[in-house]
Amino acid sequence: MGRYILFRAAASVPVLIGITIIVFVILSLIPGDPATAILGSYATPENVARLNAQLGLDRPLVQRYFIWLGNLLQGDLGRSFSLNRPVIDEILERFNATLILSGLAFVMCSVLGILAGVISATRQYGLADKLITFSVLVGISVPSFFLGMMMILYFAVNLRWVPASGMYALYGGGDLPDLLHHLVMPATALAVVATGVVARMSRSAMLEVLRLDFIRTARAKGVRERRVITRHALRYAIVSILPVLGLQAGFVLSGAVYIEIVFQWPGIGRMLVDAILTRDIMLVQGGVLFVAACYVLFNIIVDLAQLWLDPRLGR
Amino acid sequence: MMVRFAKRILRNRLAGFGAGLLLMVTGLCLVTPFLGLPDPNVISTADRFSLPFEDGFVLGADHLGRDILSRLLWGTRLSLAVGLTAALIAALIGSLIGILAGFFGGKLDDLLMRSVDVLMAFPYILLALAIVAVLGPGLMNALIAVAIVNIPFFARNVRGVTLVIARSDYIAAARLSGRGSISLLLFEVVPNLWSVIIVAFSTTVGWMILETAGLSFLGLGSQPPQSDLGSMLGEGRAALITNPHTSVIPGLMIFVIVMGINLLGDGVRDALDPRLAKGTLQRSSPVTQVLRTGQPAPVDTQSTLDVAGLSTEFRVDKNPLRAVRDVSFSLNGGECLAIVGESGSGKSVTALSITGLVASPPAVITSGTVGFRGRDLFSEPFDVLRDLRGRRIAYIFQDPLSTLHPLLTVGAQLAEAMVTHDPRLTKPVLRRRAISLLEDVRIANPEHIMMSYPHALSGGMRQRIGIAMALANDPDIIIADEPTTALDVTVQAQVLRILDDLRRQKGVGLIFISHDLNVVSQISDRIAVMYAGQIVECGPSRDVLEQPAHPYTRALLASSPQIGAGGGLPKPIDGGLPRPDDLPAGCAFAARCEMATDICSASAVELRGSASREVRCVKWEAANG
Repeated sequence: MGRYILFRAAASVPVLIGITIIVFVILSLIPGDPATAILGSYATPENVARLNAQLGLDRPLVQRYFIWLGNLLQGDLGRSFSLNRPVIDEILERFNATLILSGLAFVMCSVLGILAGVISATRQYGLADKLITFSVLVGISVPSFFLGMMMILYFAVNLRWVPASGMYALYGGGDLPDLLHHLVMPATALAVVATGVVARMSRSAMLEVLRLDFIRTARAKGVRERRVITRHALRYAIVSILPVLGLQAGFVLSGAVYIEIVFQWPGIGRMLVDAILTRDIMLVQGGVLFVAACYVLFNIIVDLAQLWLDPRLGR
Repeated sequence: MMVRFAKRILRNRLAGFGAGLLLMVTGLCLVTPFLGLPDPNVISTADRFSLPFEDGFVLGADHLGRDILSRLLWGTRLSLAVGLTAALIAALIGSLIGILAGFFGGKLDDLLMRSVDVLMAFPYILLALAIVAVLGPGLMNALIAVAIVNIPFFARNVRGVTLVIARSDYIAAARLSGRGSISLLLFEVVPNLWSVIIVAFSTTVGWMILETAGLSFLGLGSQPPQSDLGSMLGEGRAALITNPHTSVIPGLMIFVIVMGINLLGDGVRDALDPRLAKGTLQRSSPVTQVLRTGQPAPVDTQSTLDVAGLSTEFRVDKNPLRAVRDVSFSLNGGECLAIVGESGSGKSVTALSITGLVASPPAVITSGTVGFRGRDLFSEPFDVLRDLRGRRIAYIFQDPLSTLHPLLTVGAQLAEAMVTHDPRLTKPVLRRRAISLLEDVRIANPEHIMMSYPHALSGGMRQRIGIAMALANDPDIIIADEPTTALDVTVQAQVLRILDDLRRQKGVGLIFISHDLNVVSQISDRIAVMYAGQIVECGPSRDVLEQPAHPYTRALLASSPQIGAGGGLPKPIDGGLPRPDDLPAGCAFAARCEMATDICSASAVELRGSASREVRCVKWEAANG
């Protein structure tokens, strides 16, 4: 087991390196001169050249990559010119908000998705199955940003149940109930599509498992059907549902962009969109790299969970 | 071919609905220029936020007083065009990568697939954002970003299928015959890839339309004055609370388009991927459906288990597959009844029908009774039957690798067999009993085996665990369905020995199912020979083996190798079983029988003889009166 963890972690190193290369290269390809962008179009050529040297932009690409990578490993992602502060500080400050939002959405889509899939599979072609299948279809077809806007109209404006935007109340908020009050709507909007995908996959995974021989064995032992479903069928189906959950983690992590815009949630997604619009390359670079690395790490955890659940793997 | 495919898609009502939605939307898009709508970009501040059906605006006007209907239709045109173009680009490039990687393999495959892996390590939307960040905001750039992001999906799927084709014997033979790679690729590989590409396309095109709309919504896609559905929604957001119609209308349009694509896409996938189609992926209910006509006959109270007139069929197509037809037998404690026949003769279905374990749907028990200690199991509520399963009537299955749960330890599975029927058992008791069960089936180090998973054990060991599990509650009846077939000969003998000892020492009634008369002869008291779902001969083992009365029994004996018999090579039985959905009116074996005459096929043949010896054969009937 320990060896497998090491092996798995080592296997993700090339992927992480690949990510840094892609992030670095594509963002170095950006047309135009960052120094000119920073200093504005009235800058003198001398000033531009001096800033380029200061930023190390006059060196060859490969050399710049390794300098950048070296800084990266020391936690230095460069400086955002639009915010005039280190990129890493901005990211760390905002990452909490994104993590809370997508974390809750991920838990929601896993739990509700699997639950819906299991119910759907065990009542195949029954009323519950038809309702769930239809809701899933609607869920995966509705754009999350549109759904978010409609939720604001209905739950925040019409019913006044929850605030329409932000993470905390402006005055007097800041505690956990206040956070949850703000969080529930954006997290739901973010989770809907992922829940649909998980429910679909869980349904077909369960249907496959319920046909297998060991399910018949459990029934032949006289095991109650509820337990056949949970302990025997779901236990096995989870192993094939897990990779889908891994994918959905990426989806909620990056799909948070839309939700953060719609609900004015102070997370990384909103930061990224602002950075792209102001052409703050360092900030984009840092943000993309950070989120992608989180996703890779999360997938290592998914792999290990799979190993833990299925003793046949990793031998 | 195309027509049949289209029909198959449209047979699915939802897919038809989806196709209808899409046809309507594309139809509207096509006629948009001829509808005489106002220019979508003409600003008229006086008409700001006109409501639908107000001032001549069918769907109202937006924050600049522009006609929403006109903008909606032009925007839909743009969104559909961009989404479809992105999908086509992704499909083209992705498939090309997949084909090259899968067909040529080696270093090229490594390089391409590693790159694809790295692309896939990015969350989907994040990568699109990064690409737009590089290229700058704009509709064309959003299109490129969305296409790139979807390339890996096509590449992976197409590569998988290409790999299978490229490694097929057929391609190997064609290569040997000197055909060049290019010709093989173009004429043998590519034509077989259409279905995977279409499936991948139908899966992703909806996402791509959503994704481009999303980028436009963020202000990174289409730039004013040009606008697609996403940017309409993005502009509408500013006035969401005061004038919701400006955002609801474009949002609904995106929803309708994507929903239509998803509905149609599901239909396409069902039609192209038969494994996903309805019917094959059916869940089995905990008990076989029983649909008997009329009042079931009272059951025999004399024997422990009494099966009478049992018929089970599978309702798959129009004609039911009649797997078990009017089977009757009885069994007492300490006895061993063997049920023998070729695969497909209905012996396993008979065994599983006894406690309603045949997967249902599609199985239905259409007649007969299973009497256990005088009670008809099919008339009892499910909980009574469930409680008997494993406690009074236990099963041993053929292949213990697939019949034991692969993710639970041996100990957990043994303990479950016991605790299911006695929830008061504590962990230490369960553990002690499980160990002694494993000792009963002669497993040497039970403590260690308890903690093992089935895949780590040998076939013989697994089968012994299957037996231990069946013994867990000291049942009255054990039904062993080909318990030795998956094992090699020496292990077979050990397992038979264990089973034989058990029934003698514990007085268990054993139903032993096998296709192998040699195995059966070592253990059974009585033999029932099954053919095409019926018992064709039944009697004491020695009589059946030494004086087989039915031609099928004789053929079966002649077909099995016998040590020291000196009768030459085993003689296979010519022909095959009749189709269970098209059984002959007369004797089912007549078509393969050397002795058959017209009279055999004339009418149904009854099982005749005394209680100790029954035969279903016209000739035997005539000879023995």
